[in-house]
Amino acid sequence: MAALINVPAKARRGDVIEIRTLTSHIMETGFRHTMDGALVPRDIITSFTCRYNGTEIFRADLFPAIAANPYLSFFTVVQESGKFEFEWIGDNGYSSTASASITVE
Amino acid sequence: MIFWRAIAAAALLTVTPALLAGEIPRDARRSGYSFMGPETRAMQDDDTSNPGMLFVLDGEALWGRKTGVADKSCADCHGDARTSMKGVAARYPAFDKPLSRPVTLDQRINLCRADHQQAAPLPYESRDLLALSAFVAHQSRGVAITAGDAPELRPFVAQGRDLFMQREGQLNLACTNCHDDNFDKRLAGAPITQAQPTGYPLYRLEWQTLGSLERRLRSCMTGVRAQAFDYGSPELVALELYLMSRARGLPMETPAVRP
Repeated sequence: MAALINVPAKARRGDVIEIRTLTSHIMETGFRHTMDGALVPRDIITSFTCRYNGTEIFRADLFPAIAANPYLSFFTVVQESGKFEFEWIGDNGYSSTASASITVE
Repeated sequence: MIFWRAIAAAALLTVTPALLAGEIPRDARRSGYSFMGPETRAMQDDDTSNPGMLFVLDGEALWGRKTGVADKSCADCHGDARTSMKGVAARYPAFDKPLSRPVTLDQRINLCRADHQQAAPLPYESRDLLALSAFVAHQSRGVAITAGDAPELRPFVAQGRDLFMQREGQLNLACTNCHDDNFDKRLAGAPITQAQPTGYPLYRLEWQTLGSLERRLRSCMTGVRAQAFDYGSPELVALELYLMSRARGLPMETPAVRP
C-alpha cells in the first residue's frame, strides 16, 4: 500500500528530528453494520514499528477508534547515518513496509 | 395589452436583480480552503500529511500500468502526465464532440478505457477511478480554472445554473440559498462555503476517504431531503460544469482536504 514518509534528508549528530508517516488503510472498526444488518468485519492496522539501523526506536499499537489512513508523528535523536524502516501490521495478515535514509554529519 | 406588458416588465425587473444579486463577484470568490481552520489547512498544505496524496501515488502507479484487451497504459498514449496532463482538469467538464455533451474527468477516463484500452469502465467512486482522476487533476495544481469557456457548452452551463437556482427537496432549498446568499455563516456549527469546486477529488475527513464532486453534490441533495441525481447523470454533469465555470480563475488545489 502507498505510504508517505517524512524524514529529513540531513541532520547533525545529536539532533532531535521529527518523523512523520502516513499510510493507506481503511481502518474498518468492526462495529458497523451493512444496510441489511450484517456486521462489517474488523479490518485495522494493529501495530506500527520503526527501526533505526535495525534497532527498534518506536512502536505503537493501533485500535478501532483510529481514523482511516493513520498518521503518526514521533521524535528521535540521530547519532549516525543510516536507514529508518517502517512496518505496519494488521488484521487478515496485512503487512506493509517503507523505508527512508538519513545522512548525519 | 400595455397593462400586461407593464406587469411583465415589472416582474422582470423584480425577479432579475434578485437572481443576479446572489452571484458572487469575481474578486470576492474564495476557495473552501479559506473557510477552514488552521489544522485542516496545515494538513492540506503538507504533501506528506495530506491523505489525498496517497491516492495520487496510487494513481501514478495506475497511469503506468497496462490494462484491457489493447494492453495499453495511459502513459503509452499520453506520456509523462506532468506535462501532458498539466491544466487539463482545470478545463473539465469539457465538451465531447462524438457524444455532443459535456463529460466529466471521471467519464473521460472511462471513455479512454473503453475506446483505447478496451477495458471495463471503473465504477463511480471506486478507489482506482478516484486515484486516476486525483493523479490527473493533481497535475493542474495551481492552474486557474477555465472550464465552461467553449461556446458549445453554453446551454449546459445555463442548465446547471438553473439547477443551482432551483429549490428542491422537503426543505425546499436551492444551492444558491446557502452558497450565494449565506456563505461565511454557519450551518449546525460548520462553515457555509461558496461551493467553489477547486480541489476535487478531495479528501473529506468526514468520509475518511477521497470523494468526487458528484458525491459532494449528492450529499448536499440528501441534506435538503431531495432525491439525489444518479452518478454521471446529465443533471449532475451540468451542475458540475456550472460550478466550475462559476469558479473561473480560482487555482486548482487537488487533492484538497476538507472537514
